[in-house]
Amino acid sequence: MTQATISLRGLTKSFGALQVLNGIDLDLMPGEVLGVIGPSGSGKSTLIRCMNMMELPTSGSLLFKGQAISPRFRGKDGQPGMGELRKRVGMVFQHFNLFPHLTVLDNVTQGPRIVLKEDRAEAEATAHDLLAQVGLADKAQAYPSHLSGGQKQRVAIARALAMKPDVLLLDEVTSALDPELVGEVLGVIRALAGKGMTMVIVTHEMGFAADVASRVLFMEQGRIAEEGTPEDILRNPKSERLQAFLSRFHA
Amino acid sequence: MYHWDFYTVLQSFDLFLIGIWTTLLYTIGSIALGVVIGLTACFARLSRFWAVRLLARSYQELFRCTPLLVQILWAYYALPMLLGISISNTVAGLLTLSLYVGSFYAEIFRGGINAIDKGQREAAAAIGMSGVQSMRYIILPQAVKKMLPAFINQSVIQVKNTSLLYAISIAELTYMTSVVNSETYRPLEAYSLAAVMYFVMLFPLTQVADHFERRMRRSD
Ligand SMILES: Nc1ncnc2c1ncn2[C@@H]1O[C@H](COP(=O)(O)OP(=O)(O)OP(=O)(O)O)[C@@H](O)[C@H]1O
Ligand SMILES: [Mg+2]
Repeated sequence: MTQATISLRGLTKSFGALQVLNGIDLDLMPGEVLGVIGPSGSGKSTLIRCMNMMELPTSGSLLFKGQAISPRFRGKDGQPGMGELRKRVGMVFQHFNLFPHLTVLDNVTQGPRIVLKEDRAEAEATAHDLLAQVGLADKAQAYPSHLSGGQKQRVAIARALAMKPDVLLLDEVTSALDPELVGEVLGVIRALAGKGMTMVIVTHEMGFAADVASRVLFMEQGRIAEEGTPEDILRNPKSERLQAFLSRFHA
Repeated sequence: MYHWDFYTVLQSFDLFLIGIWTTLLYTIGSIALGVVIGLTACFARLSRFWAVRLLARSYQELFRCTPLLVQILWAYYALPMLLGISISNTVAGLLTLSLYVGSFYAEIFRGGINAIDKGQREAAAAIGMSGVQSMRYIILPQAVKKMLPAFINQSVIQVKNTSLLYAISIAELTYMTSVVNSETYRPLEAYSLAAVMYFVMLFPLTQVADHFERRMRRSD
């Protein structure tokens, strides 16, 4: 059997007294596109943020390609740390979080140059390829403030891809966009899925989840309440709660 | 009608020059030291160890909540008694001014850093940057721009604060003006001239601060 890229084992997360994740077990397989849906506050963002240790789990463990990751930046006792994990696991945010003081090109080359110690020419060559891939070849020298939301998010995707990650985590990456700009970003993600990129996608776009995901999780109250193929989850929901959730959506 | 006589006072212009030069030296020296102290205190305030945070906080409040003049007098007259050593007025003056401005700089730096959206830190962390790398390449370059107006304003105040060194006989501009006064008996001309000299030094600086502030508001 092939090895999971990311495995979560009995993962819990609490913020003070509030338990947000209640024991998550999950294997993310190479090439898999995992859609995560669920009501607001069910822990979707917390779950995806635990996958690159942006949130540190309260208990349980995270394994990357079978290896446990230490919750320290540099790791300890031969265990890789979250710094290593984040080199391999990219993340794209709802609000883009581009670096406003840097050009688009520098936004994309920052990770490779500073973290991977690539030289400038090499990093810029890759960055130009990636910008072309997301349809922004002509924006390399622009500053983020001069871009539309959709363009910003495509730069953010290029910035994450520049690290040549094994996994891309996307948390509601179209929620902050004007409706007419959603399509261009979804198009980029769809193309990535087509190339076999392993992804976790938290989304409220059910149609998109149905379309691009190979597996869908329905989260509720910090648990994976139901999971299966998009067909199972979105068209033939078993639990009443999922049915209710989906019907609220279609309405 | 008062008879103005700048001629007599201007004959002592070399004394004013010494004063201006000394004022500039203490300003530049204490600002340079103050930046180092302020940065140290700022990062100490952001430390994850509470004892370090408490120490930095105590230093800041001590210097922010007591008058600078008292601090200068204390460092020059009281501290030597306490330590049983002699402290020159140069050392006492420079050190006090630096610690004083450092306590304000620390707050300005901290404010600038905290003003940066936490999404920036997260985005830096998400591409694998360490805390130091993200501070160096992502947070500080943005924070410096936000800090600049307040930093310049505090530095303007610092130039004026050097005049308190008068109290421990350091030959800065105010002290030298008093020397001119006692030699010429022309206080009106002497102190007016001193005020003009301070103004000429500081007015351009406040304009620079305003310029950065306007530019910052535009770019937001
Ligand atoms: N840093 C935090 N501190 C305290 N509570 C938090 C924190 N982050 C999230 N929570 C709480 O954890 C719960 C789950 O939040 P989470 O953001 O994971 O939900 P979500 O499923 O992503 O919701 P949404 O669809 O609204 O984005 C919520 O009750 C939220 O208020
Ligand atoms: Mg969320």
